[in-house]
Amino acid sequence: MKTSLQRRQDIKTDKIAQYERMVEIREFEEQINALFAAGLVRGSTHLCQGQEALDVGIAAVLRPDDVVLATYRGHGVALALGLTPESVLGEIMGKTNGCCGGVGGSMHMCDMSVGLLPTSAIVGAGIPIAAGAALAFQVQGKDNVGVAVFGDGASNIGAFHEGLNLAAIWKLPVIFICDNNVYGEYSRINTTTPIEDLHTRAESYNMPHFSLDGMDIAAVEKGMTEAVNRARSGGGPTLIEAKTYRFAGHSRADQALYRPAGELEQWQKRDPLKVTEEGLVASGLLTPEKIEKIKSDMKVRMQEVIETCSAAPEPTLASMFENIWTPVKASK
Amino acid sequence: MTAMRFRQAIVTALADEMRADSSVMIFGEDVAVAEGPFKTSEGLLQEFGPLRVRDTPISEMAFTGAAVGAAIMGMKPVVEIMFMEFLGVALDQLVTEAAKLRYLSNGTLSVPIVVRASCGSGLGFGSQHSQTLENWVAATPGLKVVHLSDAQSAYSLMRAAIQDPDPVMVLEPRILYGERGEVDTSLKMTIGQARMIRSGGAITIVSLGQMVNVCKSAIEKSGIDVELIDLATVVPWDRAAVLNSVKKTGRLVVVEESPESGGWGSEIVATVTAELFGSLKGAPFRITTPDVPVPYSGVLETRYVPTDDDIVRQLTHAIGTGEKPKTWWQLEGIKK
Ligand SMILES: Cc1ncc(C[n+]2csc(CCOP(=O)(O)OP(=O)(O)O)c2C)c(N)n1
Ligand SMILES: [Mg+2]
Repeated sequence: MKTSLQRRQDIKTDKIAQYERMVEIREFEEQINALFAAGLVRGSTHLCQGQEALDVGIAAVLRPDDVVLATYRGHGVALALGLTPESVLGEIMGKTNGCCGGVGGSMHMCDMSVGLLPTSAIVGAGIPIAAGAALAFQVQGKDNVGVAVFGDGASNIGAFHEGLNLAAIWKLPVIFICDNNVYGEYSRINTTTPIEDLHTRAESYNMPHFSLDGMDIAAVEKGMTEAVNRARSGGGPTLIEAKTYRFAGHSRADQALYRPAGELEQWQKRDPLKVTEEGLVASGLLTPEKIEKIKSDMKVRMQEVIETCSAAPEPTLASMFENIWTPVKASK
Repeated sequence: MTAMRFRQAIVTALADEMRADSSVMIFGEDVAVAEGPFKTSEGLLQEFGPLRVRDTPISEMAFTGAAVGAAIMGMKPVVEIMFMEFLGVALDQLVTEAAKLRYLSNGTLSVPIVVRASCGSGLGFGSQHSQTLENWVAATPGLKVVHLSDAQSAYSLMRAAIQDPDPVMVLEPRILYGERGEVDTSLKMTIGQARMIRSGGAITIVSLGQMVNVCKSAIEKSGIDVELIDLATVVPWDRAAVLNSVKKTGRLVVVEESPESGGWGSEIVATVTAELFGSLKGAPFRITTPDVPVPYSGVLETRYVPTDDDIVRQLTHAIGTGEKPKTWWQLEGIKK
């Protein structure tokens, strides 16, 4: 089995591998509800269908020694950054092969070998932490960057405003990526936020900002490259607003009946998988037959992942007592 | 008596208070149009309209603070913190502002807000969405803290909290929202008064929230003649009820859904020990969760929280020996 780091290198430049990773994320998320129904997953889970291009585009531009702070809607970010489907699903199923040994669950992904800091279940929490990681890089004279990925709804919480202001005055090498998927929980963005273009909030922090088409991986890579280059070269932070759409409900129990009729269908015309497929076929890199093969292979692969995780051991009682404090070194 | 679910008892209490007092209003994330993430505001927008029933942005600090300001100026806001942990980003407004303003206005201001929050473990929400956290708010004079345990207390204590002229934090065990119970809507409960769930002579159990059900089941399994008290209010807690009970039984155990260190039960045990030292038949003790974050895995989470079987074991040991029983993690040799 490939390591997280190898999987990360796979998608650095290879367009087909990037597409395959997007298909992997889609297929992965499609399995989760069934696993819930089968009683193999507990609690809640927040799926990211529709946001695959954003997740993979971010991962393709960043280096594994950059760090990413993401959220409870984090399966896609984790897989894109390189975590194996086994370590992500294992965690969601609470098994020992999960990236957190089964004590974290669906909302908590982590793998420092590819720069994924623990994803947070608290809205906005990662924003100041990403700034803080960037602060360390700045002080240490490194050219790594910190990245926070968060939702449209998070732009209304204090941590967003405080974090951006601090990053701006300290010119920190951090990229703030607001994934505007139109909804925060059951509320459409226009009912909670008086502006449509959230990236303009950076204006009041005198921070460079722009929006991009989050359904198009090429647009994501282009925007990310600009922001990352600025950060690495001492130019400070950027706020990027990626326009996407949450194809699924907010969480497991949500059927998203509050959406205006036709809105989902409108966005699905620009399904990131479809957009990528069209590009790859047009440039001759893939054929419709090869695309079908990638998808059917992925289905088979995902069944293997489910089998592996189902067979993985449950954590022992002792494991809930581990990793709480740093072990005290025995004195001689 | 009406049979209703715990969450319906909350809706009914909110609606009855809103009918009785036009200054009562509610706001929080997705409480209006969506009727609450846990359906605890069903029908309220429809009946009371958008002026008094409001959705907020994801801005706990802003809406908790807004509740404080509105309360000072004559409203009675009830705000919903979806998961107790989210109070973290709004804590200043509750413990350092709301709870201090009467003191800092020479007694001229009162802040009649209610902050409701779902809490507790058992549903697989993981370490950032499963804590009880009474200890975040309990050491705050000026703030009252209530923890609901069934549909009746949900109804009666919610009404009492809204009527109270001071800030009240109401904790709602999330695992109980769907649970059915009998509710007498004419029954009044008073903040600061414990509930006698079962009288008995062998030992006093003081408990709270979702642990009350677990204690009931333990009592049934053990056959021990336990006196079970649902403390219901953590601050100010009902000293008289607890002391009178322990005077009678001579023994006390507190069953608590929170880590061993820093739990509210320590306060109870310390007070009872100091007040009744000479008449105790055994050492008062606590049954708590271990000092660990709430684990996600189902196998772990079901052991994290005190179980009825473990309570039976500890009760039996305490009554038999007069000594404090070992915790399960001591018995399993996991931790001293
Ligand atoms: C401080 C805080 N408040 C509320 C919540 C509950 N909550 C979880 S996700 C969510 C919606 C967030 O919306 P958005 O930022 O747009 O991200 P998305 O879920 O769309 O990815 C809310 C309100 C939370 N986790 N943390
Ligand atoms: Mg959103």
